[in-house]
Amino acid sequence: MTVLRLTFCILFLWVANANCQSKMVAIQGGTYIPLYGRDSLKVTISDFYMDVYPVTNQEFVAFVKQNPNWQKSKVKKLFADGSYLMNWTSDTTLKEGLELTAPVTNISWFAANAYCECQGKRLPTIDEWEYAAMANENEPDARKNETYNEYILGWYEKPKTFNNVIGSTFKNYWGVYDLHGLVWEWTSDFNSVLMSGESRKDVDNDSNLFCGSGAVGATDLMNYAAFMRYATRGSLKAKYTMKNLGFRCVKNKDDEQL
Amino acid sequence: MMNNYKWVLGIFTMLFVLVSCNNGTKTMASNEIAYACPMKCEGDKIYYKGGSCPVCKMDLMTLTSLTAEPVESEEISEESIFNLTSKWNTEEGNSIELKDLKGKTLVMVMIYTTCKAACPRLVADMRNIEKQIPESFTNDMQYVLVSIDPKTDTPTHLKAFAMENFMDGDHWTFLQGTEMGVREFANVLAVKYKQISPMAFSHSNIISVFNPQGELVHQQEGLGVDNKETVEKIIETVNK
Repeated sequence: MTVLRLTFCILFLWVANANCQSKMVAIQGGTYIPLYGRDSLKVTISDFYMDVYPVTNQEFVAFVKQNPNWQKSKVKKLFADGSYLMNWTSDTTLKEGLELTAPVTNISWFAANAYCECQGKRLPTIDEWEYAAMANENEPDARKNETYNEYILGWYEKPKTFNNVIGSTFKNYWGVYDLHGLVWEWTSDFNSVLMSGESRKDVDNDSNLFCGSGAVGATDLMNYAAFMRYATRGSLKAKYTMKNLGFRCVKNKDDEQL
Repeated sequence: MMNNYKWVLGIFTMLFVLVSCNNGTKTMASNEIAYACPMKCEGDKIYYKGGSCPVCKMDLMTLTSLTAEPVESEEISEESIFNLTSKWNTEEGNSIELKDLKGKTLVMVMIYTTCKAACPRLVADMRNIEKQIPESFTNDMQYVLVSIDPKTDTPTHLKAFAMENFMDGDHWTFLQGTEMGVREFANVLAVKYKQISPMAFSHSNIISVFNPQGELVHQQEGLGVDNKETVEKIIETVNK
């Protein structure tokens, strides 16, 4: 019996350690044309590691226990709006019915950013996220695939997927789960989306408002799903929190081994 | 068996709590420390070596210890930008945090110095605002230009830009941050920007006014717009 306990103990020690450094997979870099890119040019992505799953409620509970600054009663108004961790009943407990292994949502950009930094990771850029997310089960770029697009748009219409547990959608070409089908995810440079109508005062292509070249142009108007994502990012502010917006972290390949 | 399971679960939770994460806050290497004579024998002359003043022989003091205002002891509020802990280099090569600017009314804008289109006009807007503020206010004001291109805009670059644009007075500050620090700061200001080529950025043009506690009191959007409201806000804030 003691031996059994000891084995469990060692096993869980390992799991717990692995959990703080949650599982990542390598994404091989490449060049692609995003929906909205730098003057609609190709974007080159370097190799990087991406979390296999979005960050869960459970992982975030552990984080706020370590970092009380990010508990909902202590978080500064500068860094999160009023609905931050709305579905938690206290600083460290979830509302009944909320799954521990569901992705954490109602999280601000600042909180997501701090979490990744604490893990020695960072938030993905829009380009990196979109690059990893254009894969379906079998190919790295499935954007022309009808079923792939139908799947994503189908999800956008489905309510309340935020409380589904991680891993409940498909595993993509790179071995990453849940990029589509659970929650939307924060990106480090979400505030680089300059689009018409994203703010009532910023007008598209008005050289009075934007320095440098004007805003953006769609390279693939068919990609309505991606358009929705960019539009949403353009409407966000860093302290906003939403019920269907979570995050995951990435790491540069040259930083260190997994 | 059930008991065993609980026991294991207990350990698991405990370990989870105990496993600590390393806080990977990186600090920027600040450039050399600047010194000044406390008696200002040679005016505002800055020395880059410690020691004594060549005129009065008094010990030189580091510039930050001289300029640091006796700040009010009151706590900063939750909405204050002084909650940001990122490190910045000034055009004079000093390393500061935003809270070092506490106690002055701040007028802030994000630019990059190699910009050919909107930034010169934004900078002109800043100068325009400064011109309309009574001179007696100057000591209570700090005009801050934050670079969105920290790779190019080194302190040397920023200093040259400041001189070129006649914005080298004590009430002008130029800041170079880390890429993450700049992104975070832009998020606080709700400024959007994107690098569109190695030499150019798109960015929204917003001038923000903060009170001496670092709380946002006013934002002006767009270029060449009427500065009247901004100026009124600044005067109101300083007089408070």
